[in-house]
Amino acid sequence: MMIRVQNAPFDFGQECNAFAQAQGNIGAIVSFCGIVRNNDTGTLHRMEIEHYPGMTERALDKIAQQARARWSLSDCMIIHRYGTLAPEELIMMVATASAHRASAFAAADFLMDYLKSRAPFWKKEITEQGAEWVAAKDSDEDALSRW
Amino acid sequence: MKREILYFAWLRERVGLPRETVDTEARTVAELVAELVAREDRYALAFSDPSTLRVALDQELGEFATPLGDTREIAFFPPMTGG
Repeated sequence: MMIRVQNAPFDFGQECNAFAQAQGNIGAIVSFCGIVRNNDTGTLHRMEIEHYPGMTERALDKIAQQARARWSLSDCMIIHRYGTLAPEELIMMVATASAHRASAFAAADFLMDYLKSRAPFWKKEITEQGAEWVAAKDSDEDALSRW
Repeated sequence: MKREILYFAWLRERVGLPRETVDTEARTVAELVAELVAREDRYALAFSDPSTLRVALDQELGEFATPLGDTREIAFFPPMTGG
């Protein structure tokens, strides 16, 4: 199980391949990658991601452990970046490996729902108009009740 | 007792610093918040609506009613926006 919190960019394809090659006898890998999306008017200059060093790693580890306790995964991984990111840069990724796809899909979905509102990251969007913290959505919190 | 207080995101900006050590007799998170709010306007402004805030005690999420006990590090922040 690999968890990385880093400022540096990562190569989604390379990470997926390395994850796949490290697995033994599995039947499915599901991966998800989050990207800095520009706003509808295309005025986003950059996104600044703040986090809580120490708690971030603990929270991600806990979320990954919960996924592994719940589904029969052979492995899972999380990479999440912090710092200043430009539009179209990759923010984060998760990947899950399992014997069958249902567990891999469900666990990846679970990881994403918990990452949204239980991992101590905060996003700030800087546009021509100024800087604004991204507000958490009620739907993000509600999504946890699915599990 | 001396405790380390951390602030993140817009809360950090409103308080004007990322962390500080406070000597406090507060027994719960809510009592600590009341002490901070009484100190200066910038704290009162930052904590004006505690329902919009989250708290972590020694890096584990807690509640405002949670006793501080031996907690060394208390962090306040808005709802998280990871992913």
